[in-house]
Amino acid sequence: MQKLLLGNEAVARGFYEAGVTVVSSYPGTPSTEITQYSALYDEIYTEWSPNEKVSAEVAIGASIAGARAATAMKHVGLNVASDPLYTAAYTGVNGGLVVCVADDPGIHSSQNEQDSRGHAKTSKTPMLEPSDSSECLSFTKLGFELSEKFDTPVFIRLSTRISHSRGLCDISERIEFKNEYKKNMPKFVAMPNTARPRHEFVEQRMRELTEWAETCGINRVEMNNAKIGVITSGVAYQYAKEALGENASYLKLGMVNPLPVRLIKDFASKADVLYVIEELDDVIETHCRKNGVEVIGKELFSFCGEIRQDVIADKILNKKPEIMSLQEEIPARPPVMCAGCSHRGLFWALKKTGCVISGDIGCYTLSAGPPLSAMDTCICMGASVSAAHGFHKAEGENGKKVIGVIGDSTFAHSGITGLINAVYNGAGFVTVIADNATTGMTGHQDNPTTGKTLKKEAAPVLDLVALCKSIGVPRVRVVDPNNLSATLAALKEEVESGETSVVIARRPCVLLKDTVLGDSLMVDAEACTFCKVCFQIGCPAIISADGKAVIDENQCVGCGQCTGLCRFQAIKGRA
Amino acid sequence: MKETKNIIICGVGGQGTLLASKLIGSVCQSGGYDVKLSEVHGMSQRGGSVVSYVRYGESVASPVVEVAEADVILAFEMLEAARYLPYLKKGGLIILNDQKINPMPVIIGAAKYPEGIIEKLRDKPIDVIAVDALKLAKEAGSAKSVNVVLIGILAKHLEFKKNDWIKAIGETVPEKFREMNIKAFESGFVL
Repeated sequence: MQKLLLGNEAVARGFYEAGVTVVSSYPGTPSTEITQYSALYDEIYTEWSPNEKVSAEVAIGASIAGARAATAMKHVGLNVASDPLYTAAYTGVNGGLVVCVADDPGIHSSQNEQDSRGHAKTSKTPMLEPSDSSECLSFTKLGFELSEKFDTPVFIRLSTRISHSRGLCDISERIEFKNEYKKNMPKFVAMPNTARPRHEFVEQRMRELTEWAETCGINRVEMNNAKIGVITSGVAYQYAKEALGENASYLKLGMVNPLPVRLIKDFASKADVLYVIEELDDVIETHCRKNGVEVIGKELFSFCGEIRQDVIADKILNKKPEIMSLQEEIPARPPVMCAGCSHRGLFWALKKTGCVISGDIGCYTLSAGPPLSAMDTCICMGASVSAAHGFHKAEGENGKKVIGVIGDSTFAHSGITGLINAVYNGAGFVTVIADNATTGMTGHQDNPTTGKTLKKEAAPVLDLVALCKSIGVPRVRVVDPNNLSATLAALKEEVESGETSVVIARRPCVLLKDTVLGDSLMVDAEACTFCKVCFQIGCPAIISADGKAVIDENQCVGCGQCTGLCRFQAIKGRA
Repeated sequence: MKETKNIIICGVGGQGTLLASKLIGSVCQSGGYDVKLSEVHGMSQRGGSVVSYVRYGESVASPVVEVAEADVILAFEMLEAARYLPYLKKGGLIILNDQKINPMPVIIGAAKYPEGIIEKLRDKPIDVIAVDALKLAKEAGSAKSVNVVLIGILAKHLEFKKNDWIKAIGETVPEKFREMNIKAFESGFVL
């Protein structure tokens, strides 16, 4: 039977068909739906864990027990998970272990554009790269077979266009799988005297995998016109096919680590001119050069962003499209916090404190843009607290004041250790936990603070106040960010205290289905002086028309943040 | 059909472009075609400019549509129609909801919303169908069915049978919204 599946959905189907029983992940665009779709299968135990390191360790433990297990993460999540995964590459597996990592060329929804093939190379872990939904399914299943055959974790590399594209897939039945656990200390206890022989094993395994790569079906040659030869993988293969069609021949690599040598040399000998078309880093290109194969690659195709079919057609065939446009400035439409979002009130207040705001990853990162312009830094998940600590230490008691701001899910991800560090080392700055009771940006996943599991079963609630107190934070308080003046007053008081302080700004996300929304407010046109103060909070529901502020009733949810801002009491309920 | 057909669906995050592309994709599949869809998830969904692509034909390679490749643009908002015009082929069709949603740079006075977008589009060598889909959607029972109204208009310009569309709506939309969405589809289809 054929089904039209999202790339991520096809990976989950692959888990199901391969007999996977344990999946643990932390959400991250564009990988999130892999785990969400896995959770729809009763046969698969699926969970959200607090971060990617934990989820990778859960999957490793399940594999050691003999289950087929998996974890899925975005590219930067792999940095967090790399510690256990680099050593799991030494210990190998019992049941097959597949690690899905979704890169984000073009930076649609990330903080950087790193190429996860780098991790595959340095950790000496094989990596498969599907080029459409159908391969997402088949490569995932193959991943488990390879994992067991070569005693290794296997990476599946995805990218935004693979994860979030739909294509037709042939689906089949599930097989059941479980190996028995047998104690094997030299394999599963990684310490100096056991790791040394395991490293020898890893090197031998890479040689065997390279040999496998020479003849495996997923590295395949498509001969058409031999004037142009293209070596490519993943979605770049689809772009190349779209742009060049039968004007070129292709070596399509389904395994991007390790790379074959003879296969490439043989293909190179048949083509007049050889191109490497790969997104982000020059991994295949460098491999070709190292093996004496001359190719054209990054001199034509950028290290940055996505490689598109029109760019390939232009660079190789010199084909340029005829483009129509309106010949005028089209204003950008950046994403914004939703109407009624409680982060808006919080960041309005944070800006008013005049402090440096050490930010973090989440919907609230949108506060960095105008008109709020209320964030100074955003590095990675958890960095808000620890970087604020460093900033505070560098500035000293009389220097610039700093506030760290982190979401509830992000705090559980990696903010807690930063806060412990701050307490332990005598910090005197404020940390704000923007607690909107969900993991918002990735599409409302539950986390340890929400009281629900991924499968929507009841779970213990991580009590943020008790947690902060227990690690020794002397001042902890909770505010309602929709109350702008009270939030600002609380922040000022905490900053002035000069002590380590946590302010929990608590208000559920307006997009959660249990959040009770108010009725739309309106502007009394007679009272409105068009002073534009209400525009300072950047609410998409407040627009201007005929020289007055107007509230769009389709968007307004009556949060009332703007009411407190208007000095003329012009914003009120609809009669 | 040798040539792959390309459709772009563009709008503002939250307007229901994802459902629209899913519906079109499902109809293309039941029509016996190879089909690929590409969607935007994550950050842009928060009120940003969003786009999804549907491509169908004998065999489809790339999941995305690039400049001057689209046969049809289904635009949920006027500014987004203007933004994606360069993606349309000469002689292509824009189906446009004449709704105006100010982006943040316009709200805060840092940019101007262009005037007369529909007229300017009509000056191009393309076909333009502009409708108040929000009004039709509200009449059908929900402002949220703008997407299905636009699908109704699109259906007249593609080769699939009306029944295939109705069936796809039935399979994609939750039961309790089915009747309302079919009404929304009809209101676009009769135009």
